[in-house]
Amino acid sequence: MTTTDSATIVMDLDRAWDLHPQVSVRPEPFGALLYHFGTRKLSFLKDRRLLAVVQALAYAPTARAACLAAGLGDNELPRYGRALAVLVQSSMVVGRTP
Amino acid sequence: MTAPTAPPLVDLFERGLDAPICLTWELTYACNLACAHCLSSSGRRDPRELSTAEAKAVIDELEAMQVFYVNIGGGEPTVRADFWELLDYATAHHVGVKFSTNGVRITPDAAARLASNDYVDVQISLDGATADVNDAVRGAGSYATALRALENLAAAGMRNFKISVVCTRHNIPQLDDFKALADRFGAQLRLTRLRPSGRGADVWDELHPTAAQQRELYDWLLAHGENVLTGDSFFHLSAYGEALPGLNLCGAGRVVCLIDPVGDVYACPFAIHDEFLAGNVREADGFSGVWRDSELFRRLRTPQHGGACASCAFYDTCKGGCMAAKFFTGLPLDGPDPECVQGYGEQLLARRGDGTRVPKPSGDHSRRSRTTVDLVLTRREAVEQRARPPVSDCAEHPLAGLDLTPTGKDTAHA
Amino acid sequence: MSQLHATSPVPATEIQDEENPDEQSLIEADDLIEEVSIDGMCGVY
Repeated sequence: MTTTDSATIVMDLDRAWDLHPQVSVRPEPFGALLYHFGTRKLSFLKDRRLLAVVQALAYAPTARAACLAAGLGDNELPRYGRALAVLVQSSMVVGRTP
Repeated sequence: MTAPTAPPLVDLFERGLDAPICLTWELTYACNLACAHCLSSSGRRDPRELSTAEAKAVIDELEAMQVFYVNIGGGEPTVRADFWELLDYATAHHVGVKFSTNGVRITPDAAARLASNDYVDVQISLDGATADVNDAVRGAGSYATALRALENLAAAGMRNFKISVVCTRHNIPQLDDFKALADRFGAQLRLTRLRPSGRGADVWDELHPTAAQQRELYDWLLAHGENVLTGDSFFHLSAYGEALPGLNLCGAGRVVCLIDPVGDVYACPFAIHDEFLAGNVREADGFSGVWRDSELFRRLRTPQHGGACASCAFYDTCKGGCMAAKFFTGLPLDGPDPECVQGYGEQLLARRGDGTRVPKPSGDHSRRSRTTVDLVLTRREAVEQRARPPVSDCAEHPLAGLDLTPTGKDTAHA
Repeated sequence: MSQLHATSPVPATEIQDEENPDEQSLIEADDLIEEVSIDGMCGVY
């Protein structure tokens, strides 16, 4: 992931990612709660497919593959990519060396 | 086709969740202080307190339910002999802990212990930026105790500890001073709302902020409150215009609740009354059974109608304010908050007769003599040399089981 | 809230949004994610 300036985060869908080991995921009917025990941050995923993406990250070779495995269409990748970038920004999702 | 937008989080939470996100857990009603406004009317230990084993069983349940965070308080939670054991047990079982304390046992050793645990947060209670303002409410010497605790935490390298203030008529003029105090110790400031709960009902008329002070507080939070926590306790102030950060939602029975020292589960710590009692953790299905199936919580999770507030332009963010504040001032729950910023609560209070009886808290663990208890901090080895009999289950003394030496003199409650 | 976009931007022509073809790229992720402070819910000390 690269940061172009303080206001713009760019998500690299073509590398491997994972949940931070200190993050707890609690599925909910509407999506999921994510809590980072280190930062005390709480994130609410308001979409079950985003939860599926997040859960697939550890096993998929890239974030793009995780998105596709979760049933997203190509046209949905920008939107979900932005959501993933938010999670990276709050350290919920971190880079993984496969 | 455009993707459907999820509803706002507040709407989702108002329906309740399968488990709380966080909750308050009062470990004991025992306390060395006798604060005038204590929301739990604490002082005397209740002999029916949960045992260490029962408390661990609750923690096991919280872990299974994935409750991320508990706010441990009381009374003074650190006077429980098993406080550290329970703290370590919780953090070892994926339950983050913040505990609220008056600082009495935050010695340098305790501070070092806390600094080494990444899953514990500490909140020091302080209700005045100066000793005179603070001690008038919390008792002589309590300011000094709190400051010593802050010094010890800072010296131990503890990060992100908090100073938690209940905003009153006397300390609202000190908001800048509180911020300076927090900055001085590298602590985070937390400002919360006084509710007429517990002993708070007895001092509500003198202590609650004036209308002008509420506005002052609101303006201050907008201008200086970026790193100031509020526990979302001022969502009724959103009726001034811009909502303050937070969910702006009464979480009682929906995303939060209280477990009290004898295992009773209430909708929130400001509502310790049979009206808001959902059950007890000692029941067959434990805490999770109460959270999921109690009649009270089911009722709270159904859509609330605004009643008299529904036509107000600010109902969407104010939601009629605080249920506990209305209940303990004798106002109807489907009407305005007693501190409604539009003045509707005041009008309602003025219109009814002076003789209106208001609900009393269900329990009162206040110490009868209303004195603070002086403690002298001794070295551990001196304490361990004395053999002590096991604490009787019937012991009510707030210091039962505590390995510290009382000085034997009581100071008069200020 | 910052503007966020993927490193491999999908050409606008491929974004099938019948109603608002140009607004897709402006939609924030707020509809999918919301962050709140653990201290940000009322009813806790």
